[in-house]
This record gives sequence, structure tokens and C-alpha cells, in this order.
Amino acid sequence: MSTQRTTGRRKQAVAAAAVVAALLSTAACGGGNDDKDGGSKSGAAGFNAANNKVAQASLAKKGGTLKFASAQDADSWDTTRGYYGFMWNFSRYYSRQLVTNNAEAGADGAKVTPDLASSTAKISDDGKTYTYTLRDGITWEDGKPITSKDVKYGIERVWAQDVLSGGPIYLQQVLDPKKTYKGPYKDKSADKLGLKAVETPDDKTIVFKLPEANSDFEEMLALTSASPVRQDKDTKSKYGLKPFSSGPYKFQSYTPNKNLTLVRNTEWKQSSDPVRKAYPDKITINFFTNANDLDQRLINGDYDLDLAQTGLSPQGRTTALKQHKENLDNPVSGYIRYAVFPQSVKPFDNEHCRKAVIYGADHESLQTARGGPVAGGDIGTNMLPPSVPGSEGQKYDPYESATTNKNGNVAKAKEELKACGKPNGFKTTIAVRNNKPVEVATAESLQASLKKIGVTVDIDQFDGAQTTGIIGSPSNVKKKGYGIIIMGWGPDFPSVQGYGLPLWSGDYILESGNNNFALIKEKAIDGLFKSYTKELDDAKKADIAKQINHKVMEGGYYLPFVFEKFINWRSSRLANVYTTDGYSGQYDFVNLGLKK
Amino acid sequence: MTAPLHEPTAEAAPSAAEEAALVAGSAEAKAVQGRSLGRIAWERLKRDKLALTGGIVVLVLIAIALLAPVITNLVGQDPETHHEDLIDPLFSTPTGSFGGISGDHLLGVEPVNGRDIFARIVYGARISLLVGFLSALVAVVLGTILGVLAGYFGGWVDAVVSRVMDGLLAFPQLLFIIALVSVMPNEMLGLTGTGVRLFVMIMVIGFFGWPYVGRVVRGQTLSLREREYVEAARSLGAGRFYILFKELLPNLVAPIIVYTTMMIPTNILTEAALSFLGVGVKPPTASWGQMLSSAIDYYDSDPMYMIIPGVAIFITVLSFNLFGDGVRDALDPKGSR
Repeated sequence: MSTQRTTGRRKQAVAAAAVVAALLSTAACGGGNDDKDGGSKSGAAGFNAANNKVAQASLAKKGGTLKFASAQDADSWDTTRGYYGFMWNFSRYYSRQLVTNNAEAGADGAKVTPDLASSTAKISDDGKTYTYTLRDGITWEDGKPITSKDVKYGIERVWAQDVLSGGPIYLQQVLDPKKTYKGPYKDKSADKLGLKAVETPDDKTIVFKLPEANSDFEEMLALTSASPVRQDKDTKSKYGLKPFSSGPYKFQSYTPNKNLTLVRNTEWKQSSDPVRKAYPDKITINFFTNANDLDQRLINGDYDLDLAQTGLSPQGRTTALKQHKENLDNPVSGYIRYAVFPQSVKPFDNEHCRKAVIYGADHESLQTARGGPVAGGDIGTNMLPPSVPGSEGQKYDPYESATTNKNGNVAKAKEELKACGKPNGFKTTIAVRNNKPVEVATAESLQASLKKIGVTVDIDQFDGAQTTGIIGSPSNVKKKGYGIIIMGWGPDFPSVQGYGLPLWSGDYILESGNNNFALIKEKAIDGLFKSYTKELDDAKKADIAKQINHKVMEGGYYLPFVFEKFINWRSSRLANVYTTDGYSGQYDFVNLGLKK
Repeated sequence: MTAPLHEPTAEAAPSAAEEAALVAGSAEAKAVQGRSLGRIAWERLKRDKLALTGGIVVLVLIAIALLAPVITNLVGQDPETHHEDLIDPLFSTPTGSFGGISGDHLLGVEPVNGRDIFARIVYGARISLLVGFLSALVAVVLGTILGVLAGYFGGWVDAVVSRVMDGLLAFPQLLFIIALVSVMPNEMLGLTGTGVRLFVMIMVIGFFGWPYVGRVVRGQTLSLREREYVEAARSLGAGRFYILFKELLPNLVAPIIVYTTMMIPTNILTEAALSFLGVGVKPPTASWGQMLSSAIDYYDSDPMYMIIPGVAIFITVLSFNLFGDGVRDALDPKGSR
């Protein structure tokens, strides 16, 4: 009996020791993989090999199945309705536009290039008339040619917001700001092409007549929402379940939140398309519910890349950085993560109280909370993302957030508090989305550093799915006393208009779905936006963008945290991989290839 | 551990005098001949080593919770100061091994912000015990009052209380609290932030806990009210409330104590679960459940961060359960186990 018992105990002890050892070894295995950029045993291109440059272009072969995985389905696969960045990127597989983002790495990828059109626009009439001619050989998935009328019909669908909500409405705001057209479904004309601002004199020509010039108009035509849609294939609100393809791939099957499969569109001709390479034979997406599970499957090699392109979560990131660094890229996303101060909530109506918070914040601690310099990004010093023309990056640092004051400047903050009439500090509330642990971490960091200057903050975590109704409603913000709102924003297209107009223009203060959280209503800023839309010269446009950024920063409306970066996974099977500023630092999906 | 079954006093119905002695405490008990129920129970408990250990750990935990500021001052840490210098900027995890355990930081530091885990565990004990005890108190007070009323008066009172209890037992409590907390105002009854959350948690956990006590008390009351000593009191002209408070309630003390000790650990777990789900206390207040929840993202890269609050919850709940078991055995040795 007694011997048996001892063995039993010994076994237990051995088992316990083994468990502890296993835990410790996973914790302690550090160091990492020091593979050079030239590649590795697994065949992956190396750390940052595809960041703003093309990796392993020569290894791409025709054929194979490209496998996406995602923790999130698109808002809609309907070209008119999608607003998620990855949806715009992915939609190029099955939809073409007059012009589209350049298929180039880095900043060049943000420029527009002809797609269905034979060249970029012929602009006349002081920037109010844009004329395009369609190229030859462009076809739908049933072999019929794509006409200018199909393009016009696709664009008209943007007006039908009552049926097709969710997508960007820039085209409607620029072409028909008074909303005189009611959309194709309420169109009384026989061909349903009643939109006056767009003319189709023949099947090959399309002319846009703007009531007022807008220098970013061609950028707006490069958005997915300007894709052609054929009238007889328009299934209205169900179109997102099976869009009719104009690109190299077509929908084979789609079950929302489960999977999606694209196969080759045999009617598409390489000769008609200067942008798309169409390497794989088949493209699949599998949807997951758990982000950690998803990361693990990517690392195991079961899938090639993450569809959502938001970067690995902390767990997968650590594993990948330590063991598979050669499969990672670390691009800048184009997003700025920030805190914003609604002027309707006292004492943030006083700019000195706003500046006190900016000076009091520990910027390095906020950066650490975002994930550190690699996974989080460089300390944000102003409000213009690096991918937008006119951006100065960390060179413009009015509050010295990345240098002298990077750990907070208590003396300066107290000075500002005195100027604000609150020398002993004040109390306020931070509103933060409860489904973003990283944002909650930044709120806690801000709370801790503001305590040092006598500003007491309460953190209110609201339902992240209700963002538009909770912080998007200025009256609710005032009622709840949200003096500080934590958010992030990325450009719809890389220009100060595509980024800052909804955030800083007095015209964009909305009752619901508001994004001008600070309630900025400055004549100077609104005036600068006006002159920006009239300016056609790129250098001068960049200069105006710079001025707008300076005005916003001088008002102390925002406390930027980081110019966001993320850690993105690419499998060893991928070839011709590159990140593009056209899609916020994501990989350019449309030209990804597989090695054989 | 098995308590002897031949205790004579437990067999016979306790006399009113003995009950009075039990309520009045041990000082008066000395005046009574023989051993009181309380004394017998205490002696049984003393023999039960496991329960005694549980009891001592519970006392230590209470001391830790009460003395949290003193203890953290002693080690020179506080639960809210960030130490980003101890965090690896690439991985967001502590640079030191074993989650950054060192002379300064006895249990290491949290990933991302580097807050001292020891200080947060110590302060977290306050939240756990506060919610555990107070919500048990709410449940016991409500359960005793309503249970006694239902059992003693019977009729429609019993019918109403019993149906309410059935209803509450079937209610999805956790979901209800999650919904309630998200619509609660930030300021209420002079409380703000974490205060409101704690108040709501205590009241709701207590409110949904009372039927468990109520059922037992009602059953006991039903059987006790027919006993001879109650009849005797009644025939001597005692009023209803005299009988309720002087004759019945003292005999219910034993099951109530047992249920309280068993309820506290359950409540602690509920609090941890709520904090885990993000509807518990607000940051930066430390709570074990919240620590566990944020540790999920680092279970592989910083396992100590998950192990430490897990062990804290485990030890607390285990010792309460051991102690509660011991108390039950001591008070009611015939009870089925």
C-alpha cells in the first residue's frame, strides 16, 4: 500500500513539474528569429519585405487557391453599400471602375490609374466637366460589353440610400448636392438614367458635369461605389449576396459569416485590364468568430492572410514576432488614434483646459497602451495621417509630444489649467468603446497621467456597436458629460478632404452619426476646405492641407496618440505581395499570387 | 472529518432556554447547565482541521482586504501607478522573467501598463470580499424575513412568496445584471462610477440569492411551528410576533449561518464573472475577474498574469467552501452530505 501511494504522489509531482516547465518554457522562449530580409527556410520573404515594396514578384505563378480568413464579414459585398476598407480592396476582384487605385506599392498605390476608361479624365470648364472614354474589350461575366450606361446606372444607385444604405455618398454630395435626383428605383424615365449631372452621349463616352468644382472628384470615382451595375442584374438590397461581375473573378457561392468563394470569370480578358494580374484560379474566404483562433490558423499555414487586415492580436503577434518574423510586415495604416474634446462639455469649451490635457498626457504611455512603437505606431503629433499629401509626420509637433513632453509636462499643464480658471483641476468622463481592449488601455493610461495634474476622470465604456447613437449624437455627449472621447479615423481616399472634412467641417456637425466630435465650427477651417476643392494644382492642394492641419492642432481639439502601425501576416505561399497606401497599408489583394 | 452521529443534544428539540443562551452568546451560556448548541458546534469545528484551516485563511483574507493600503505601502507599491519602463515595447509584456517578478514587484507587473500585480491582488480582495459579504447579507436578510413569514403564516402569504421564489430561481440572473449595468446612470444615490457598479452588483446578486435562503427558512419554519414548545407558548397567550422572534427565529440561526457561508464563495465567483465580462468595477479599480479577463490576450506570452488572479480566486473560494462545510457539519451533523 505505502509504496503504491508514494509512486502515486511521485507521479503527481512529476506531472505538476512538467506542467510548470511547459508554462515557463513558453513564457521564457525569447530572442526571436534573426532571419535576414532575403528570405528564410520557410520561403517567406522576410520582415517588412512587402512593406511599401513588392516582395517575391517573380515567384508568382498562375493557378492555385488563395485562402483568406477573417473574424469579420464585410458590411456588404454590394459595390454601392460597402464601406469597410477590406471590402473596397477585395471588391476589385469582381468589379471594375472608370479609374482605380494604382496597383503599386506604397504611396504610388494611392494615385488613380485608368481601369475601364482608356485614360484618366479630360477635365474642362474650370474643373467642372470630366470626360471619359471606355476602352475596348471590357465585358460582364455573361460576355456582354460594359457600356457607359452601366457605369452611370451603377453610380445612380448611390442616390438610392433608402434601399442601399451604408456606402460612401461623396458622389451624390458633389454631383447633386441639392438632392434633386431620387435614385434609379424612383426614376420615372424609361431607361432609369434620369441623373442630369452624368451624360452618356454614346456607349463608349461618359461625361460628368459638376455644379461646383471639386479637386478630389477623380479620387471619388476610384471608390468602389462608382462601379458599373447592369440594370437587368440589379437585385436591389440583395445584390450584395451575388454581385454581377465585371472583374477577373465571379461569385460561386457565399454564405454570410461562413464562407465565400470566387472563381475565374472566363469572359474577362487580360488584354482589357491594365491593373489586375489575376494569378490564382480560385479565391476563398473563411469566417471565424474568435480572433485568437484565426491568428493561430494563419500561423499554422492553414490560410494565407487576414481579410480584415487589422493586424494580429496581442497573442498571435507575440508568437509570430518570436518565431515567424519573416512572415510579417509592419506597415503604417493611415489611421490616427486619438482623444477628442467635445466643446459642448465644460470645461472643454475653454481651449486652455483642452491644452492642459494635451500637455498632461504621457504620450509614451499612450503609445505603449496602443501596442508600442512597432505594433502601435509612432507617437502622433498632429492630425494629418502620413499617407495624405500635405502631411509632415512627426516634424510638425506643436505640443512637443514626441520630444520634450513625451512623458507629459506637468508644469505646462498646470499653467494651462490656471489660464483656464481651474488651477486645481477638474472632473470629467472619458467615453471609450467596450469592444476595443486597446482603446480601454489608452483610456486607463490617460486617466493615470491626468491624475498627476489634478484632473480626475471616470471611464465610461459604451457598447461599441452603438457608436453612432452614443458618441455620434452631440446632445447625448453633452448629457452624459463626455469631455474626452477616444476614437480613430482613417482616410476614405488619401486627401485632406477624404480624411478631415467629416471631422473638422462645421457643415458636418450631425444630429446622429456625427464624426465632428469636437464640434469644430471655425470659419478659417471651412474657408480652407472651400479653397481646397477649387484648387487643381497638387502642390498647392498639399499646402492647404498643411494649413488646415495646423489650424486644427492650434485649437487643441485633439490629442493624437499614434500614427497607427500594425503587424500584418502573409503566408509563405504568397508571392507578389505589397502594401499600398490606396487601401490604408493593406496588402493589395487583387495582384496577390501563389508560389507553386 | 465525519462527525459522530450519537450526539444526544442534536436529537432532542432544543429548549427555549438553550436557544436564548445561544443568541446571548457564550458569556451567558456558562450560567446554563450543560453545553449549549453553539458550544457543541464550536467544539466540533475545532476538531475539523480542514475547516479550521479554511477559517484561518478567510480571516487572513479579511485582514488583507482591510489593511490593503497599509500592506501596499509596506512594499512601496500602489495599484494604479503605471510602470511602462518595465514593459517590453515590442511585445507589451513585462521584460523581467515570470511576468516581471522582482524584489520591488512581488508578483510581477501587468502587461501593457506595468501596474504592480501584488498591489492589485491585495486591493482586488477588497472588491471580492465586499461584494461576497454584502450581497450574502442582503440575501440572508430578505430570505429570512420572507421565508419565516411564508412558513409561519401560510395561506396566501406562503403562496405569493413561494411563487416569487420559483420565479426568481428561474430568472437568468447573469444576463439581467449585464443588461442592468449597461443602462445604469453613472451617478446615483450620491455614488459615482465604481460605487454605482458595486451597489448594483451587491443589490442584484443579493436579490437573486434570497430565494435559496428563503426556501430553507420556510421549510424549517413549517416544521418548527407545529412543535410542542411553540404550541405551549401559544397556549400561554404569546403573540404572533413574540413567537416569530423569540421562539422560531433562534432555531433558524443554524441553517442560516450555514447558507451564508456557502453563499459567499458563490457570490465572489459571480462578481469575478461579471468583472470578467466587463460589467464589474470600473477601471482603474482592481478586481480579480477583470485581471483574468485582460490576461486572456497574454495567456501564452505572460502566463503568470493569468495564474496569479486565478490562484487568488481559487484559494478564496476554496477556503470559504471548506469553512462553510465545516460549519454545516458542526451545526447539523445529521445533515446529508
